[in-house]
Amino acid sequence: MGMPWLASRSFGHGVHPPEHKEETRDLPIRSFPFASELVVPLLQHLGAPAIPEVREGQRVARGEILARPDGFMSVAVHAPVSGTVRSIRPAPSITGRMLPAIYLETRPGDTQEVIPGVACSLESATPEDVRNAIQAAGIVGLGGAAFPTHAKLRIPEGTKVDTLILNGAECEPYLTTDHRVMLEQAPDLFLGIRYLLRAIEASRAILAVEKNKADASQHLRRHKPDDLALELVELEVKYPQGAEKLLIRSLLGREVPSGGLPSAVGALVVNVATAAEIGRLLPHGRGIIERVVTLGGPGVERKGNYRIPIGTPLRFLLEQVGVSGDVDEVFLGGPMMGVAASSLEIPLTKGISGVIVYAREQGDSEESRVYPCIRCGQCLAACPMYLDPATLMRLSRHGDYSTMVDRYHLMDCFECGCCAYVCPSHIPLVQHFRIAKAGIRRGLSA
Amino acid sequence: MSGPSSPILAIRTSPHLVRGSRVDWIMLQVLIALSPALVFAACAFGAAAMLVIGVSVIACLAMEALWSGSSGRTLRDGSALVTAVLYALTLPPGLPLWMVAVGGVVSIWLGKAIFGGLGCNPFNPALVGRAFLQAAFPSAMTNWLPSFSVGRFSSVPESTLALPFLRPVYDARTSATPLAAWKFDAETTDSMDLLLGLTSGSLGETSSALLLLGGLYLIARNVMSWRVPVSIGISVALVSGLLRWADPQSYASPVFMLFSGGLMLGSLFMATDLVGSPMTSRGCWLYGALIGVLVVSIRAFGGMPEGVMYAILLANATTPLIDQWIRPRPFGAPGGARA
Repeated sequence: MGMPWLASRSFGHGVHPPEHKEETRDLPIRSFPFASELVVPLLQHLGAPAIPEVREGQRVARGEILARPDGFMSVAVHAPVSGTVRSIRPAPSITGRMLPAIYLETRPGDTQEVIPGVACSLESATPEDVRNAIQAAGIVGLGGAAFPTHAKLRIPEGTKVDTLILNGAECEPYLTTDHRVMLEQAPDLFLGIRYLLRAIEASRAILAVEKNKADASQHLRRHKPDDLALELVELEVKYPQGAEKLLIRSLLGREVPSGGLPSAVGALVVNVATAAEIGRLLPHGRGIIERVVTLGGPGVERKGNYRIPIGTPLRFLLEQVGVSGDVDEVFLGGPMMGVAASSLEIPLTKGISGVIVYAREQGDSEESRVYPCIRCGQCLAACPMYLDPATLMRLSRHGDYSTMVDRYHLMDCFECGCCAYVCPSHIPLVQHFRIAKAGIRRGLSA
Repeated sequence: MSGPSSPILAIRTSPHLVRGSRVDWIMLQVLIALSPALVFAACAFGAAAMLVIGVSVIACLAMEALWSGSSGRTLRDGSALVTAVLYALTLPPGLPLWMVAVGGVVSIWLGKAIFGGLGCNPFNPALVGRAFLQAAFPSAMTNWLPSFSVGRFSSVPESTLALPFLRPVYDARTSATPLAAWKFDAETTDSMDLLLGLTSGSLGETSSALLLLGGLYLIARNVMSWRVPVSIGISVALVSGLLRWADPQSYASPVFMLFSGGLMLGSLFMATDLVGSPMTSRGCWLYGALIGVLVVSIRAFGGMPEGVMYAILLANATTPLIDQWIRPRPFGAPGGARA
């Protein structure tokens, strides 16, 4: 650690929700059985859906390519199981819309051997080769955003990235997948970092965790190869420490301009699980067919971190780990930014880092009561983007979306939920902002 | 059951976690913080004070119930009760009870309801009620009973039970407040008496020590912005210190200014009213400084001995402007690095 002063640096504002990580943080990653039918969506990332390369009735091997990328903002999709393509039809998704998916019937008794692909050798690969291999492996940001990683790695003309940041902050309550990956997949992670440094032609990397994962940080420090220019930093435990722009602020003291990309300040942020997956897949030319997921929350009986095949329906997933009591709400991701599932037929996709189940509680009607805004200003003191959520909410009620954007910087809100978390009136502030953004996209404003 | 069959899933919007505090909880904290001063008022002024508090609570809650209609929803947030208690604490102990009731109704109605209820009121409702009484019944509002008088629990002053619209007969035992004594008779009061509340004054303003205790409780509970009272205190001390330095004969000392009159009650519990104060930290500093300057100016140069009420009401009026001027610089917006 050359720079101890970094350890105390952080971003401004933010909140300290209860962590809820103790139940799963010490449990090793476990394997997961195959459901009898997997549902593999063609769009699991931001961008264009992949184009299917298989027909109904076709037999596929585990790891075989199912769909190829449609243009630059798209990634490949691979078969998570050996089986037979039953149909290609719309399936429920977390967005609430039906999206095309490949229904794959698992072949019973199969060895489920993963077929090899074309390896991407670190010794000879050019930056372009690495990016292409990442796209072919179907890799997207595994932290939740599901942004195609190869697209992120293409630095805009005229900018230079000097620092690769590995995001191990995992600031969302309940989630411990990144924590376990860092502890259990250090060699994959180091190799992934080498591939990433090659892809963006940067010389140094910083891996940042929150202080509650100091064991992971120490483990990586002990096993780090001497020739890898990787610095390990422990940051204050504060939500949303893992948000890209805030992480850059905490580590480098640089502020990404409003509406700009991290590369504008010479930084690039990749989630640690994404990096580990790159290191695990690229040497063998394989694609993403499974991911580590935290199954937790008060409603889950056998909580833990599981390596689960992509396409596993939520219903099968919850049946395997057991659900106690009446299920009230199932949300995908962490409790601060996660999205509530409308159906248990929704399949697991690449961007889902956690499935959290809340059991039904008695008599919480008073708990959810919404009071008028009392202008207490707590939302202003919580917003890490230094916005004015109280005023934004008032403008949103009046439908004045253009003022929200022009004068109150609505588009800088990344919906972290700090404002709604602290609001003593329980106003669904983030929802107001989502509606306003949707209104802007449709050209609506008072 | 070990697996979900077909549960009806709740679909809520993120975040799926909320921090514990709620509006009604905040109001409860304010009431807890005010309770030492309330008990002290009852001890110092006896039955008269208890009647004033009781009538104020009944009037405010009745008006709130009338306004909120059959559902009575807005009664449960506790804001009307806080207004009632604060309003009662600003009144002289011997005030005729019918005036107390009229002012209580005005607090909730003109102070809050006509603007749209909780969260929409530009001014502190309790002070609106008091300002109304000050304008309508100036002599009744400046008639002060001495504290800790003999027989205060067994009898009430004649003025307390005066009939509406008749000229009340005032108690012969009236005494001047420390500020009035200073302004009109050039007498100063012992600082220790001010701190402990052994002077005359309105119900809740006399004991600075108990008010400070309540204020510290609210700050510890993170319910109140400490910046507002601190800013008011610094501003009052600076301005009155400057005047004192220029002319020690004509102006009172900063210590006297800080601990006399309604400054403690006003700066800790009324200026900090969340609805009427600015939302940003920097805004709170400016707002508090403005109140301090106004308080000292009114006390030193105005026709009245006390100016806390008008200072806060005027500053309330500037709050929307302060919130327009002073806004945080959004992350990533042009304008230099953040400290």
